[in-house]
Amino acid sequence: MVLNCRHVWKEISNYIEGTVAPELRDEMEQHLAHCRHCAAVLDSTRNILYLIADERVFTLPAGYADRLHARLQEEIEGPPSGGV
Amino acid sequence: MDFKAKACEGGPPEASAAEAEAALVRRILAGERHLFHELVRPHERGVYFAAYSVLKNEHDAEEVAQEAMLKALRNLASFRAEAKFGTWLTAIAINEARGRLRHERVLQFSSIDAPTEDEDGEFVPELITDWREVPLESLERRELREMLQQAIASLPENYREVLVLRDVQDLNIAETAAALGVSEGVVKTRLLRARLRMQKILAPQLASKRGGRLFGLFKKGTGQSWF
Repeated sequence: MVLNCRHVWKEISNYIEGTVAPELRDEMEQHLAHCRHCAAVLDSTRNILYLIADERVFTLPAGYADRLHARLQEEIEGPPSGGV
Repeated sequence: MDFKAKACEGGPPEASAAEAEAALVRRILAGERHLFHELVRPHERGVYFAAYSVLKNEHDAEEVAQEAMLKALRNLASFRAEAKFGTWLTAIAINEARGRLRHERVLQFSSIDAPTEDEDGEFVPELITDWREVPLESLERRELREMLQQAIASLPENYREVLVLRDVQDLNIAETAAALGVSEGVVKTRLLRARLRMQKILAPQLASKRGGRLFGLFKKGTGQSWF
């Protein structure tokens, strides 16, 4: 089977995950070697995922951990709860 | 694909970490409740962003993260060791956040998010002809961070949840499915849609910024992956 671009887009997330079957992976790589559009879609998607995985993108509110543990401490020191 | 593999190097093997966590749970249930701080410390960030993925609001996400932690403490006896503690905690946070969102929607008589899309439909990514990578160093720039945050915030809720859990928090597919209470197949489908939507939103913006060399450092050559 010769893959077209739509087949490649449909599997591109699984390809990034590394979970496509070896035969399909080979076919996708043959397509990607010759299709500039799909190669750019793959590269840009991977690049964007790499960026959003960085901890600088989403930072915790200042003082979050302190407030959280203070609240937990109140609960820990309080009378035992019967659950929710 | 593990986008944070390097950050995990040198950490304890997963099995021994799970055993240590199980031992902590037993001690807390036996009365050493102060150890709950230690148990949840590695999950502070994950619980907050699980809540944020649903609510898109820092203040609400923090409140829900606290509520989820308290609920976990009060219900620790019901935690089953066959699940990972972090996944269990994330599931509590997601459920708490969804509950709050439902409540707010009832109060507002309207949906905050766009309606859920048909997950069987096809989606066409942004068809650029080549891509020059935006390096991690560019994240020093606030404009880029805001662009990424806004793109994630603009996703429909069900896509945003999977993207944040899998690609921001680095849960695996099975953990993401368990935290959201859906099948792994559903996670994979939503992840495809979420990732292609991110590409569609961001590729044109990042490409135009690159033209102005806003992001500074580039790998030589084009169309090559840095992975």
